[in-house]
Amino acid sequence: MQKIGVFVCWCGSNIAATVDVKAVAEAAKQQPNVVYATDYQYMCSESGQTLIIDAIKEYGLTGVVICSCSPRMHETTFRKAVQKAGLNPYMLEIANIREQCSWIHKDIKEGTEKAIILMTAAVAKVQLNKPLIAGESAVTKRCLVIGGGIAGIQTALDVADAGFEVDIVEKKPTIGGKMAQLDKTFPTLDCAACILTPKMVDAAAHDKITLYTYSEVEAVKGFVGNFTVTIRKKARYVKENLCTGCGICTEKCPMKKQPNEFNMGLDKRGAIYIPFAQAVPKVPVIDPDACIKLKTGKCGICSKFCQVQAIDYTQKDELIEKKYGAIVVATGFNLIKLDKFGELSYGLCPDVVTSLEYERLMNAAGPTKGHLLRPSDGKEPKTIVFVQCVGSRGNSCKEKSYCSKVCCMYTAKHAMLTKDHYPDTDIYVFYIDVRTPGKNFDEFYRRAVEQYGVNYIKGQVGKVYEENGKVMVQGSDLLSNEQVLIPADMVVLATAIEPDESARKLGTMLTASMDTNDFFTEAHAKLRPVESPTAGIFLSGMAQGPKDIPETVSQAGAAAAKVIGLLAKDKLLGNPCVAHSDEMLCNGCSTCANVCPYGAIEYQNKEFRIPGGVETRRIAVVNEAVCQGCGACTVTCPSGAMDLKGFTNRQIMAEVDAICK
Amino acid sequence: MSTVKEKNMIDEILRMSGSDPKRCMKCGKCSATCPAFAEMEYHPHQFASMIDQGKIQPLLTSEAIYKCLSCFACMERCPRDVKPAKLIEAVRLCVIREQSRNHMTPDDIPCLLDEDLPQQAIVSVFRKYSK
Repeated sequence: MQKIGVFVCWCGSNIAATVDVKAVAEAAKQQPNVVYATDYQYMCSESGQTLIIDAIKEYGLTGVVICSCSPRMHETTFRKAVQKAGLNPYMLEIANIREQCSWIHKDIKEGTEKAIILMTAAVAKVQLNKPLIAGESAVTKRCLVIGGGIAGIQTALDVADAGFEVDIVEKKPTIGGKMAQLDKTFPTLDCAACILTPKMVDAAAHDKITLYTYSEVEAVKGFVGNFTVTIRKKARYVKENLCTGCGICTEKCPMKKQPNEFNMGLDKRGAIYIPFAQAVPKVPVIDPDACIKLKTGKCGICSKFCQVQAIDYTQKDELIEKKYGAIVVATGFNLIKLDKFGELSYGLCPDVVTSLEYERLMNAAGPTKGHLLRPSDGKEPKTIVFVQCVGSRGNSCKEKSYCSKVCCMYTAKHAMLTKDHYPDTDIYVFYIDVRTPGKNFDEFYRRAVEQYGVNYIKGQVGKVYEENGKVMVQGSDLLSNEQVLIPADMVVLATAIEPDESARKLGTMLTASMDTNDFFTEAHAKLRPVESPTAGIFLSGMAQGPKDIPETVSQAGAAAAKVIGLLAKDKLLGNPCVAHSDEMLCNGCSTCANVCPYGAIEYQNKEFRIPGGVETRRIAVVNEAVCQGCGACTVTCPSGAMDLKGFTNRQIMAEVDAICK
Repeated sequence: MSTVKEKNMIDEILRMSGSDPKRCMKCGKCSATCPAFAEMEYHPHQFASMIDQGKIQPLLTSEAIYKCLSCFACMERCPRDVKPAKLIEAVRLCVIREQSRNHMTPDDIPCLLDEDLPQQAIVSVFRKYSK
């Protein structure tokens, strides 16, 4: 027989303003086996916890019900408290009378009535609770970082510096990501390459870091501390261990007609290429869709010129399987496609470019060697129009609903850098709002307006079209209530940011939750911002949401700290609320194994004694280390053999009965 | 402050147009795109903002409600789905319904056509007058 204590929390006025907490405590005393009930202002505070501990000892409680906030908030806190008093932590139940009651009701009578029902249900459940012991599992002390941009590089360096092995998987032939494509970085205008490339070299040279470039994650199995990941190392057709990076193959390749991805397609590259001069590793890759040798068997020029015989046309994709304790998602972003924005003439008029293309046009290592020349005729533009919020902040089907966060700042940067190099350029920026929160950010933007004389126009652009060699821009000047028409030479679109297209597939593989925009969601928006709700998965950089470089680097460091905290442990306590199959009821039908998202159910043939002999039956066995306790198997099991510890069918029915009474 | 009658009229305009001017983020793309901008003393973005603020009276007496071409460029390009053209049309309907002038049969239309009239405008006229 249980001796149950009920503790009702006021949560200041959060609960007490809508729920008569004393009435709930009084009602609790009427419940079977409840020997003690009380209320207190802040149950989670130290004195609140002491109150619980003292009551357990004084009344010899065997079960505890706490009527408070969501178990997501303080279940761990209260489990630790009851454990201190010598009780099994799973002899605790929480009735959520805040999020699911006081916060959503206004009427105190209704709120109190519901709180009492929720309390009754929790008491009914705890009557059937049994002590549970969590199992332990070992931690593989190696971290996988998916994505080798600034976010991934920074996380990897920080984790490796703490002494743990890190592998970076990057799908492009080089690490560096989008930051390598940028010209200067706001607000201090350091050259992006100058601050990034040393970090790329550090990552490659670090004895704890292994780079898997031109590689993708193919499959993920396992759970926190024990992930097994299959990495597909795509055929490069160049032996990394032999290649010296001299680049002669890239010069001699006759197929120089491929759009150069690194320069946003603004110039051409060969079929064998090194993405950019500072690439890490500086090993070329053959584009199999362009290479004549791979397509027709003829050519082979690169191989003839290679002095170290590093070219290998027979190379095949390689599958590597490795074990990791933690996985960091740093898959980054892309600009959205602009094919639904016909009015802006992107793709129709070559002088209408995206902001990332403009970065390349400004960059000394870009297609124009840093001379700002417009793509159509190679002339210097005299009038440039920048358009903000292209595809951001909308709610129709073609726009993203969020603010892309970095565009206001990089547009001010573009405008100032252009004015620095070409002072007689006229620059117009169409903006809806200028958003520059951040250290020294607003000062940076004001400099563009006040010192550089950049014309900021409050309004959006409605139409862009070519006329007599000019790019005509028709827009609103809302502060003058006028429609303006600017004959420009170039138009730069601050295009919305979206997560990389690989994110969705990866999210499914990792069972890591994502929002409707395919950004990875954090475990708690404020208190756990770099962890995925899936244990052992951490988030770094734009994969989690739009952010600038300083913020990305801070977040990358924070993710690394969380990874280090996990890898520093030798053992992890598991969740004892896992599924269990009653072998006397199981008929081996495999239905549970088919619905299990974690592959936690296996089958065994077991001998059972029956009257007059022995029979062998096929039964389900749950791997408790792999099971995450989702309960899918328990509801699908036709014979009722599968049950979830801590949430047994009997416990759930007892709760339902209590509510329906 | 708008009167009870004006408030009812605004409710009616919102109902007829299916538009929610509160969605507007004041980007001005509607007015940036409007081919009749120069003809209208109140521009598409002002319709959204004035209706939201209850300033309906100046719109009811404006010429702008007849100058809108119903080309729907503003609606097509509005990033926030505010539907300025539908708001303008709803204001116009409020005016002409009071004047009992919401009647036109398809037979009346051919004699009003001229060669330069864009086809879209003809379609729009049917939409406006055949209800």
